[in-house]
Amino acid sequence: MITSPRETMLLTTPFHSRVAAMCPINEWGNWMGYTTPNAYFDVELEYFAIRSTTGVFDLSPMNKYRISGPDAEAYLNRMLTRNISKLGIDRVCYAVWCNDAGSMLDDGTIFRLGEQDFRLCSYQRADDWLQWCALGFNVTIDNESEDIAGLAVQGPTSCTVLTLLGCTGLDQLKPFGIAHFTFEGAPMMVSRTGFTGDLGYEVWVAPEQAEALWDQLFECGRDYLIKPIGGHALDLARIEAGFLQAHVDFVPAEESVRPGRTRSPLELGLEWLVDFSKPLFNGRLALLEEKARGSRYRFAMLDIEGNKPAEHSFILKGDKVVGTVTSAAWCPTVKSNLAYAQIEAPHGNVGDVLTAEIYYQRELHWTRLMAPCTVIDGPLFNPQRRRQTPAPAL
Amino acid sequence: MTDYDAVIIGAGHNGLICGAYLAKAGKQVLVVDGRDQPGGCASTRELAAGFHISDCAQWLYQFDDDIVRDLGLQAAGLTVGRAKHTVALQSDGDHLSIDGDLLRGAGIEAKDQAAYPLFRQQMNVFAKLMLKLYRGRAPKLVEANWTDRLTLMKLGLGLKLMGKGNMQDLMRLVLINIYDVMNENFDHQGLKAALALDAITGTGMGPRSPNTVFTYLHRALGHQLQASGVVQVMGGMGALGESLKSAAEASGATVRMGCRVEQIVKEGDRVCGVVLADGSTVPTKAVVSSADPTTTFADLLGYQHLETGMARRVAQYRTRSGTAKLHLALSGLPTVTGLDNDALSQRLVIAPSMESIELAWNPIKYAECGHHHIFDISIPSIEDPSLAPNGQHVLTALIHYLPYEPQGGWDAHRQTVLDNLIEQLEAYAPGLKAQIVASELLVPPDFEAAYGMKGGNWHHGELSIDQALMMRPFPGSSQYSTAVPGLFLCGAGAHPGGSLMGLPGRNAAREILKQGVLA
Repeated sequence: MITSPRETMLLTTPFHSRVAAMCPINEWGNWMGYTTPNAYFDVELEYFAIRSTTGVFDLSPMNKYRISGPDAEAYLNRMLTRNISKLGIDRVCYAVWCNDAGSMLDDGTIFRLGEQDFRLCSYQRADDWLQWCALGFNVTIDNESEDIAGLAVQGPTSCTVLTLLGCTGLDQLKPFGIAHFTFEGAPMMVSRTGFTGDLGYEVWVAPEQAEALWDQLFECGRDYLIKPIGGHALDLARIEAGFLQAHVDFVPAEESVRPGRTRSPLELGLEWLVDFSKPLFNGRLALLEEKARGSRYRFAMLDIEGNKPAEHSFILKGDKVVGTVTSAAWCPTVKSNLAYAQIEAPHGNVGDVLTAEIYYQRELHWTRLMAPCTVIDGPLFNPQRRRQTPAPAL
Repeated sequence: MTDYDAVIIGAGHNGLICGAYLAKAGKQVLVVDGRDQPGGCASTRELAAGFHISDCAQWLYQFDDDIVRDLGLQAAGLTVGRAKHTVALQSDGDHLSIDGDLLRGAGIEAKDQAAYPLFRQQMNVFAKLMLKLYRGRAPKLVEANWTDRLTLMKLGLGLKLMGKGNMQDLMRLVLINIYDVMNENFDHQGLKAALALDAITGTGMGPRSPNTVFTYLHRALGHQLQASGVVQVMGGMGALGESLKSAAEASGATVRMGCRVEQIVKEGDRVCGVVLADGSTVPTKAVVSSADPTTTFADLLGYQHLETGMARRVAQYRTRSGTAKLHLALSGLPTVTGLDNDALSQRLVIAPSMESIELAWNPIKYAECGHHHIFDISIPSIEDPSLAPNGQHVLTALIHYLPYEPQGGWDAHRQTVLDNLIEQLEAYAPGLKAQIVASELLVPPDFEAAYGMKGGNWHHGELSIDQALMMRPFPGSSQYSTAVPGLFLCGAGAHPGGSLMGLPGRNAAREILKQGVLA
């Protein structure tokens, strides 16, 4: 988790009283200005809750923007590289957005709540960019970050637990679908989305319902070994699942100050999110040019020999440094040592064998390890239950 | 219908010049404009029966002699008057005359007289260097190609060659304000104010505003472009527009007046034509806009057709102006104490001191009209009697400063301000009021409405260093190309900026031809 350098008092989320009560090791971090636990009790056990039972992550600090009005669809089509016209009502999609230079600003999810009504859930604060994008469009943009509390409920038993909570028929919800329920007389929205690559849901309620939701969710999940999870466990799960993280795997363009340090979606392996058939979107001309000219970097997922995480490693082709690692972890479920790397083109094709220069320390003794690694085609963790509908439920 | 290589939006001087140069190169060019008269801000209008005034620009002082020659403007009917000197009116009737290096009257002391030619000499050295940048596209600094590198090398060499002292002075002065520079060089209040006026004319800045040395140099390089110095155009400024139209047509361009461009049409990533007010679409390989950048991008193309970063730059582009115009039709020649008829035909300025200019500027920051104003006056009918009925005269004056939109709106203030301005003039020209046959005050929104320039800014956007040179009008759309393929800029909003100069139009034509987009 990236922490803010600002020495301001941190905010607490609507779940804070419950989160604090369940965080005996008192391991807190600053996530986008909010006090959030890096871990509740044990990172590995929390991680295994996601993969084996149900893990619950408080994602309230995520930024949520309501984008509505007659031009909402056109607005998003200009802002995002994806074609949002293809997104149905009560559907969610993953999307990225760029500046004019085709450099990534952020990634996030778009919830289509109506014909002219969307919610954008972003990692970064995006108020000013969203307002600039509104020039010439008849849209209203509301920051509803503090009006919505959110929990990610992820893992093989998550559908079961949420069904017990009252989400009847949730097993019928397809991946990236949205379902609406009532919780204590108030609306509760559930989307089959997440950041773990597993079967999982995100539950959205008003802050007033937050504590009750937490209590009842853990009550319903007790027999299914529901556990709260912190930022570190989530990070492990997302690396295993192949998800990028802003600030870690790329520098948001608005925050980068050195020339050449930004990355385009093409350089991050996200070309599948770029719809060049759209007549206009931010970064289109620059990305077309990049496509014609060739990208500077290639995003590579590396399967590295051994069990030492290749954190911050240089990647070599023979003797030559051709890239660096942005995220790395030993991933327990797939039992592989994975890393994401930025590799200078033309290196980094699937199947390429490279070398990771890994440094690790044991009792102040540093060891340098030159570990062979292979560029793999997509994440190794990709369980069937992630896609199955009806979702596995007991 | 003819297939045009280029459609030029606006038949102002830059649009016509660009069109003429493109047509001379054998391109099929259409210049379209919603007004009935060509020339844009080079315009003549009848104020009252028989009284003709230069409606917008009133002086010609930096119109490139090369363009006059290249386009044969004299043969096309352009006649200019005698070189004018500046007479700075003083309240005691002992006026200051500034004529080339010569200062006369108003108790000018030997020290100032000695310093003035030296000051001009140094400004000319700086202006010559700036001119190297003005006569071509401004070099980009980061992704420089060879043309840009060559320009930068020439610039560096030029800096070196001006000598260490001048080089240090330029670096020190160029970003500061004209108020400090005047105080460094001179003592005479009236002299400092008359010179400082050149720095703030057409801007929304006061003498103490940073950047006013740059605007001073922008005007000072007029001497390098137009050897004659300040002149009036015979027949009124509109004659310049007419001669440019004739020259453009003689070069083979089609000029269509009275037909506004309503929209710039984009197909795919490229601009492919324009929609005219009559509903017709004119397809073309390139659209070259001499309209200001805000009108071009926000109104004619539309923000929704731009990528966000570009839209943001358009929205942030500053176009404020504090310059207004006073027009008077007079039954006779006004009497100014201490001035004979010849002196009256010169450029007359009322700017008692730099403090008075600064104080005249302050109110517009708060959208107020103020009580004391600065005048830059022309009585063109002395040299050109055709402008008014026999024995009668017209007077036009640039007024500094009036706000774009005063509190309560212009309807509530216009008459009061007009009366006040006439009252201020009356103090220098007793009996003027009784001579007035007709009068009008044009304020920034009037210029916006009549000439389409946003904010009423005659530079088509504030000429400040962050909106100048390789950043004019804004990064990503400099060097006459824009971020939108097929769309070019050739007006005052492009490098090197505004005033009747002609360089943006000519530079744009050269750059477009060099790029080969019309082939």
